[in-house]
Amino acid sequence: MGHGGDEERYDRLFAALGDATRRDLLRRAAGGEHSVSALARHYAMSLTAVQKHVAVLERAGLVTRRRAGRESLVVPDPSALHDARRALDLLEELWRGRLDRFGEVLAETTAPDRPAPDRPDPDQEQP
Amino acid sequence: MTVTSVVPDRDAQTLVLTADYAAEPAAVWRLWSDPRLLERWWGPPAYPAAVDRHDLTPGGVVTYVMTGPDGQRFAGWWRVTAVDAPTSLAFDDGFGDVDAPADLPVTRTQVSIADRGDGTTRMVLTSRFASPEAFDQLIAMGMQEGLTEAVGQTDALLAQAGSPA
Repeated sequence: MGHGGDEERYDRLFAALGDATRRDLLRRAAGGEHSVSALARHYAMSLTAVQKHVAVLERAGLVTRRRAGRESLVVPDPSALHDARRALDLLEELWRGRLDRFGEVLAETTAPDRPAPDRPDPDQEQP
Repeated sequence: MTVTSVVPDRDAQTLVLTADYAAEPAAVWRLWSDPRLLERWWGPPAYPAAVDRHDLTPGGVVTYVMTGPDGQRFAGWWRVTAVDAPTSLAFDDGFGDVDAPADLPVTRTQVSIADRGDGTTRMVLTSRFASPEAFDQLIAMGMQEGLTEAVGQTDALLAQAGSPA
């Protein structure tokens, strides 16, 4: 995973994926090439609006576009969409981070000299 | 390091992580069963999670929202498939709205918590991709979370200097 210099790229990816329509577009596009107009039929919005969403996905590097006659085709980026190895790496990174934080929170809640936050345990009945 | 081993099985698209913690199984379990504790580790520091629904019973649902520094919100959910406190938990998790049919589970996770008899507890976590259909979503959203993680690392380092409230 990259470091500081990639932040702009992260921002673009986040912006791209933080929208339900774009995630849906990405899922539909993942299976192969689709024309923008064919994709647009799935949504209750104008072709222009769908084109804008596709442009955001393109800037994030998730899809590319190519012309075929009068059609604009959306092409999934294979490295972003179909790299299983990368998916497992991401899953690993995700869980490593979680389990490290898990350890930190656990150490805090069980430290003898620093009691857990003073609120009742919701799992326990107070006598 | 709390994580003692990570074994990815690329053919099965499964990940097995083992972590040892100096605590009783009940204390380890509480980080899953108490939503206020769960939200402290589930989301990366820069994208804290707020847990909304939290029902750790078979068929029960957990929902959460992570909020980024620019106010972007990412919703996610679990559907609990098996639970035996304080030793095991299994759930499917996905992104988006738990009640929307389009939002497929992304991964299936199985958690096993065992007392090692020496004051430490071993937690073994098995996570695998839920289905081929969910795979594209995993890539799209898993990438997001993976990047979230990377972005969050800086904040985690900074946070180590100060102590949490």
